[in-house]
Amino acid sequence: MDIRVQSAPFDLGQEANAFAARQTGMGAIVTFTGVVRDVAGGLDVMEIEHYPGMTEAALTQIAQDATDRFALGDVLIIHRHGPLTPDDLIMMVATAAPHRASAFEAADFLMDYLKSRAPFWKKEKTSDGSDWVAAKDEDETALNRW
Amino acid sequence: MDVLYFAWVRERIGRPKDVVETQAATVMDLVEELRAREVRYEAAFADLSSLRVAVNQELTDFDAPLENAREVAFFPPMTGG
Repeated sequence: MDIRVQSAPFDLGQEANAFAARQTGMGAIVTFTGVVRDVAGGLDVMEIEHYPGMTEAALTQIAQDATDRFALGDVLIIHRHGPLTPDDLIMMVATAAPHRASAFEAADFLMDYLKSRAPFWKKEKTSDGSDWVAAKDEDETALNRW
Repeated sequence: MDVLYFAWVRERIGRPKDVVETQAATVMDLVEELRAREVRYEAAFADLSSLRVAVNQELTDFDAPLENAREVAFFPPMTGG
């Protein structure tokens, strides 16, 4: 299990390759990448705030839950904080499992929990001002799937 | 104990952290004490349905006891991913 919370960018290809290279006997690797999206137009900066200490603990717990539930061989979570701009990579998860169904499902599970149980908050800054991104009800109800 | 604020809660209160001496038995008791401090605290804690709380860096509820609490944090619903 590899959990990283950082302001620095990460290299998706390098991380995916390194993750794949350290597996043995895993038939399936799934990666998911979250990207800053300019939804309304005019987004200059997306500032991501987090809760140092709790963030790492929450991500580790979520990764452990996914590992137990889907019998994963390995999990990687990288999540950035600080100022990001449109099309920057925000975060990635990678899951390794013997078969694809559990690797896909685990990545989906990780993302649902990351959305509403990891202490990150996003603030969008545009030329008109800045606003905190509100959590969506469907993000909370998505957890009921599991 | 340390009381931390994040995102718009931090902005509304105007600081990231308070160090408080309190006999509050539960999170709710602590919220009442904070509300009584100043208008900006009252404003930040006006609608608890829009707030989440963590005690010792674990998510919990407003009726949670504060026994052994070293750190309490208040913040809006999280938006990770």
